[in-house]
Amino acid sequence: MTTALQLTLGWSDWLSLFLHYLLLSLLSIGGAISTVPDMHRYLVTQQHWLTDPQFNASIAIAQAAPGPNVLFIALMGWHVGLNAGGVWCGLLGVAITMVGILLPSTTLTYIAASWGHRNREMRPVRAFKLGMAPIVIGLLIATGWILASSHNAPATDWPLWLVAAVSALIVWRTRLHLLWLLAAGALLGWFGYV
Amino acid sequence: MNSSPPSPPDPTRPQPQSLTDLFVSFTLLALQGFGGVLAIVQHELVEKKRWLSKEEFVEEWAVAQIMPGPNVVNLSLMIGNRYFGLPGAMAALAGMLTVPLLIILLLALVYAHVGGHPGVAGALRGMSAVAAGLIIATGLRLFGALKSNPLGLRTCTVLSVLCFASIAILHWPLLYVLLSLGGVSCVLAYKKLGA
Repeated sequence: MTTALQLTLGWSDWLSLFLHYLLLSLLSIGGAISTVPDMHRYLVTQQHWLTDPQFNASIAIAQAAPGPNVLFIALMGWHVGLNAGGVWCGLLGVAITMVGILLPSTTLTYIAASWGHRNREMRPVRAFKLGMAPIVIGLLIATGWILASSHNAPATDWPLWLVAAVSALIVWRTRLHLLWLLAAGALLGWFGYV
Repeated sequence: MNSSPPSPPDPTRPQPQSLTDLFVSFTLLALQGFGGVLAIVQHELVEKKRWLSKEEFVEEWAVAQIMPGPNVVNLSLMIGNRYFGLPGAMAALAGMLTVPLLIILLLALVYAHVGGHPGVAGALRGMSAVAAGLIIATGLRLFGALKSNPLGLRTCTVLSVLCFASIAILHWPLLYVLLSLGGVSCVLAYKKLGA
């Protein structure tokens, strides 16, 4: 792997890691991915608990793996733990970061959703849900757009754009199973076409 | 079957049979979601299982998106809660996270050995391009739900396009866009509902 860090983390370090993720959870409006810049500042620049390659690999692996992208946070905890002394610390790191990032936001969402569901006939609640509908749909398309354009050299990266556009069109217009498209994308990439 | 307050609106619609059904369904959804799960969740729950209509899905998604926290995690929690209350929320959440977490830790161990292979890097690039396309397609599909929105299709389209442009082209901070455009849109909807 990369040049490994050797860390000694005490209880106060684990605690501050936990508290930092509790705080990030409340700030993660628009998804956990929106707090990535701050995580980098905290874990890599300020505390030196992770190397840059470890940080980037955590995100890349989670993007490629099945499951919600938020698992990149588990991998960061895992790598911090590995740096601090092995598999058991790694698992502790996973538990601390995942509980930290999920506990506040899921509690809030649960309370808000239950309240909203009980009062779903109230005019302000109806107005909020119906009013936000066009906004979040625009936001969704924007998210896909940003992901597709994260490669910033149009001259060489146009095949990636083409793949994104063609798969969007196929999913929009046909009932082909999504896994076939992902497999096709992986093959095209493996053989160097995109 | 269950007396918890959030009951599904339409009893004739297909719905999850038990907590186990929820857990297994969400595990299977999560395992198909490479590069993000939302496209799969919409595809399976709305178009195949028909637990939710497009309109209901958009409403739940709006709340999941506005609340802090990972959107898909919030969405699973809310869908579970809708059918079985708190136990349902926990079952859906556990389904979404448990098995994928184990897999990702295994992958991290493997990646430490094969991460340098150019084929692997290429495959990741190819898959992330497809995943971006899937998210765009999900947005385009959900667009159909706006036909029944009281704001009217034309107003909705304008709002969607403005939101897209301010995030994707102008790169404005999400919070401001949600507060301003979202605020305007909610006020318009509030007026329409009163009319």
